Amino acid sequence: MKIVVCIKQVPNTNEVKLDPKTGTLIREGVPSIINPDDKNALEAALELKDQYGAEITVLTMGPPQADYALREALAMGADEAILLSDRAFAGSDTWATSLTLAEALKKIGDYTIIFCGRQAIDGDTAQVGPELAQHLDLPQVTYVRKIVAIDEDSITVERVLEDGYEIIEAGLPILLTAVKELNNPRLPTMRGIMEAFDKKAIKVWGIGDIGGDPEKLGLNGSPTQVKRTFTPAGKIAGRIIEGAPRVAVHTLFEELLAKNILKEV
Amino acid sequence: MDFVQTPKQEMFRTVLQEFAETEVAPLAAEIDESGRFPRETVIRMGELGIMGLPIPVQYGGAGADTTTYCMAVEEISRACAATGIILSAHVSVCTQPIYQFGNAEQKEKFLIPLAKGEKLGAIALTEPNAGSDASNQQTVAVLDGEHYVFNGTKIFVTNGGEADIYLVMAMTDPAKGLKGISAFIVEKGTPGFAFGKKENKMGVRASSTTELIFQDCRVPKENLLGREGEGFSIAMQTLNGGRISIGAQAVGIAQACLDESIRYAKEREQFNHTIASFQGIQWMLADMATNVEAARMLVYKAASLKDQKKPYSKESAMAKLFAAETAMNQAVKAVQIHGGYGYMKEYKVERLMRDAKITEIYEGTSEVQRTIIASSILK
Repeated sequence: MKIVVCIKQVPNTNEVKLDPKTGTLIREGVPSIINPDDKNALEAALELKDQYGAEITVLTMGPPQADYALREALAMGADEAILLSDRAFAGSDTWATSLTLAEALKKIGDYTIIFCGRQAIDGDTAQVGPELAQHLDLPQVTYVRKIVAIDEDSITVERVLEDGYEIIEAGLPILLTAVKELNNPRLPTMRGIMEAFDKKAIKVWGIGDIGGDPEKLGLNGSPTQVKRTFTPAGKIAGRIIEGAPRVAVHTLFEELLAKNILKEV
Repeated sequence: MDFVQTPKQEMFRTVLQEFAETEVAPLAAEIDESGRFPRETVIRMGELGIMGLPIPVQYGGAGADTTTYCMAVEEISRACAATGIILSAHVSVCTQPIYQFGNAEQKEKFLIPLAKGEKLGAIALTEPNAGSDASNQQTVAVLDGEHYVFNGTKIFVTNGGEADIYLVMAMTDPAKGLKGISAFIVEKGTPGFAFGKKENKMGVRASSTTELIFQDCRVPKENLLGREGEGFSIAMQTLNGGRISIGAQAVGIAQACLDESIRYAKEREQFNHTIASFQGIQWMLADMATNVEAARMLVYKAASLKDQKKPYSKESAMAKLFAAETAMNQAVKAVQIHGGYGYMKEYKVERLMRDAKITEIYEGTSEVQRTIIASSILK
């Protein structure tokens, strides 16, 4: 079984600060990490490998520094890593990104599962996984919180809904996206780190390697354009209505009705 | 000369920090109070490959360098100094010398399980009358057929009682003095080998410190490490290396003092200002940050020299001396910055001040380090 895990290197938003004047992220000195949901996807793949045996390829698109995120994935136990890096890919929105990943996956071929994280903590779109499944014409299950069973040609998973979960059985190959409830990602072992740097090589593929159309990739192939970014206004402070409970509740209802938040029936 | 961490070292540090913060730090206050040995952490360090970090892969280790191993001791000690010394005693003064001086059979039998963390190691050198004067060994080992028969008492053995494998120094030929000391590997459970008093310590309380008592204890002849008479030399070379990791432990403690002081100074308000806004506190923090960095550099330099197989005994003594005194000074300042709260057990700095002191004492007191440095620069 071959599992391809798509990961993204993101700034650790826990440590990101905003420039109060421009409203943009101050990225300098902020450590880069594997996007948390992607790490859950990788851990799920590693658990399948531990249990059934599998060959895991991690795939990312990014600048040369993304090498570090791939090394971390190798240190955790992935077998192979591919970095899609080319100036032609720069400026990609989710559409162009998923197309680029799709081209790489066609080249990798022979996969049983493609695993992505639900969404990245820097962009929060949750689009790349589903788009990728569409480009590859694969079935997809998003928001996977548990892998229930897997056999030769099908997989059963639990998928998170807002108010519960559904159990879905689907055919293979398939694309899954992981949520953080799925597992607790392992720490790499010391030997894993040594091997990730000293024994394992990372393949770097440019546009020539995956054979994409430059007009459809990178900035040229990105229909989304960011016009402006801004920090949303903070929430208004709450107000405590003083007084005896019966009177205070009455006041509360009056005010909610007056603001059309509640409606009398 | 390059003072920048490589990406590989950066990953080691990040992973070790995460381990220390999530699995070591949460236990630290409890095991300090109770003196309970954190077996679960030792097992986890084995699983992650920390217990054999600088030992080659062929012997069950991770094959990392001494600098990386120092980072591990540092980051773990930053979270819990007692766990730091459990690791350091296991790796530096038991596992390392068996790797360095052991024969093929000894490596197979003892080194591999030690490096994998399946077994825990310790060294037994100190005796009631052999402290800084380590040459004054009274424990004797007399050859009798296929065994050496041990009689005597060792004290202050870190990991005592908890460890499975002990590197024990004993006099095989009292007439030869220093050249009559030999080193042996002794397994827990050998008849005639018992554990005496468990010490109730000021600091690093979760690390076990005990007496070892040998009464007609028969140790197989093949457990002799190196040759007869090489024991003192093995012990001294072992301590040379061990001192670097005690320096690393002290750097971890000193860093923790700084971390806690910065956090507290930014939170604590007096006279309507955070105390971090007062220059008196700022200068204390600046000195602390500078000293901890200087100590770290000395430790890494000694580690780097060891890895490059260059002489490092002067540098390891300097690293240990400076880092230990920095840790102690830093701990006193950290408590001072915390004021009355710093004197209370609810605050980590109270523990740090008790933990810091031992780094100026074990594996050679600060006075012994100065003697080593002086004899090196005056020769």
